[in-house]
Amino acid sequence: MLKVDNISVKYGSFVAIRDINIEVNQGEIVVLLGANGAGKSTTFNTISGLNKPFQGEVIFEGKKIDKLSADKVVKEGIVQCAEGRKLFPAMSVYENLKMGAYVHRKNKAQIKETMDHVFELFPILQQKKDDPAGSLSGGQQQMVAIGRALMARPKVMMLDEPSVGLAPLIVEQMFEVIQQINREGTTILLAEQNANAALKIATKGYVFENGNVVVEGTSEELFSNDSVRKAYIGA
Amino acid sequence: MAGLLKQRNIIAVLIVFAIVFPFITNNNYFIHIMTLAFIWIIGVYGLNLLAGYTGYLSLAHAGFFAIGAYSLALLTTKAQMNYWLAFVLALIITSVLGMIIGLISLRTKEHFFAIYTLCVGYIIYLVIDKWDSLTGGVRGLIGIPAPGNIGPIEFNTPISNYYLVLFFLLITVLVVYRIVHSLTGRTYIAIRNSEDLAQTIGINTMKNKLMVFVISTFFAGLAGALYASFIRFIGPDIGYITITFDLLTYLIVGGIGTLSGPVIGTILIVWVSQQLQFLQDYRMMIFGPILTLLVIFYPRGISGGFIDWRAKRKEKKQNQLNLENQQMLSAQETSAASNKNG
Repeated sequence: MLKVDNISVKYGSFVAIRDINIEVNQGEIVVLLGANGAGKSTTFNTISGLNKPFQGEVIFEGKKIDKLSADKVVKEGIVQCAEGRKLFPAMSVYENLKMGAYVHRKNKAQIKETMDHVFELFPILQQKKDDPAGSLSGGQQQMVAIGRALMARPKVMMLDEPSVGLAPLIVEQMFEVIQQINREGTTILLAEQNANAALKIATKGYVFENGNVVVEGTSEELFSNDSVRKAYIGA
Repeated sequence: MAGLLKQRNIIAVLIVFAIVFPFITNNNYFIHIMTLAFIWIIGVYGLNLLAGYTGYLSLAHAGFFAIGAYSLALLTTKAQMNYWLAFVLALIITSVLGMIIGLISLRTKEHFFAIYTLCVGYIIYLVIDKWDSLTGGVRGLIGIPAPGNIGPIEFNTPISNYYLVLFFLLITVLVVYRIVHSLTGRTYIAIRNSEDLAQTIGINTMKNKLMVFVISTFFAGLAGALYASFIRFIGPDIGYITITFDLLTYLIVGGIGTLSGPVIGTILIVWVSQQLQFLQDYRMMIFGPILTLLVIFYPRGISGGFIDWRAKRKEKKQNQLNLENQQMLSAQETSAASNKNG
């Protein structure tokens, strides 16, 4: 469905990622593991069109998308839920969600339907829908971020470290919701440092180090891989 | 009392005041000052959409103001065109030039955009100043006609001009209000927040930025055209950088990125500087420190400061309410418990 074919990306003269190959099939949850600065976010930004690779290509449903601008990629059906829970802090929760449906802005009925669905997934957001998004707790902000990404009705949703800075209980809830979204038919691409939780729900994974993919395999393979266990699971 | 302070009522009172103002004062000079202030406000609203809501600080606005003014002046004096036709054409010319300049300048961001537009503004000024055969150079253009009659309505008295400008001002405020409270307005705010983020939710940022740039120059051109036919004489100095910074000062003092800011800032400064006219250029010794203090302590100006203050007060009240509710609940619980025990 989505194929990242041998891409390399430079920031100035610094090569951030080199020769990355990723293949995502319909309905999968694919996890990118790695420390800060390993190249996970750069890979996401390249898929979503914010970065342009100087080599390689990104193919989505048979179409080359690496030259498209970011807003066109969203229209194709790939939506990124940015790291650090980037919201529009002064806008209300409701307005934030509505902005997420920007590409469907002409279809009011569909927006309402999707919004109801988001409120089903995160009932707390319905209670807080008129509050400014900036006033919410970390976990709730993450919910708004995921909800906003859902509003675009993505075929592929990219989540960049959804668990960062959240309490363990909330992280668990978050991963349950991600699984739920996946069961409803959205393919998930997940960047995580929390390898333990991520590999439990993923079908396969890629381990990033210094801008390269060093190990790849199914979750079971990664779980049983010694170097991965040592580096990311801590057991 | 609370009802009196409702936004809707304040706006209604202000509009009524603006309408009856010429009857309250018989002083033509005051009416003249107020008309000028209204013209500036229109320009400031244009700047506010771009700099305040979208986060792109354009310093070329005096240039577009001048383009609007000179287009109208040239079309009416040299081309002898019908006033209102020239008026519409002047707005179109300004917007088209705005689009061309926007297409290039919007490829830069933040302070680079500010510096780039500063240069553009200066180039516009230079062209007007040096293109003697067309613009009359430093001598400027004279004999610009007053606005043409609309049916039986004539615009040859200060009061009729006042109402004409007020009419355009009200339309400007209405249009800006509608934009800001629509999805388009939220799109601009999203771009100000973070352009990358805006893109990742599917917003075509270039298209939206270009749109707001053109709207912004349109209002600058509208203000310029009204200015030309109100003053009836224009020189290249109306395109000079100082005008841009005047507009910017009005906006910052009133409240950048707020709806009422342009009105508050412009009227306040225009009147205060009238009162301080005896100080001549030393006025700036008063404005300078005030502006600096304002930027430090109230970066969102008078209007923004008021909005923040109100939000804080509301939050305080809400907390108080929550606390009281909790106390009531716990009191009920203890009394229920003691009932049980008894």
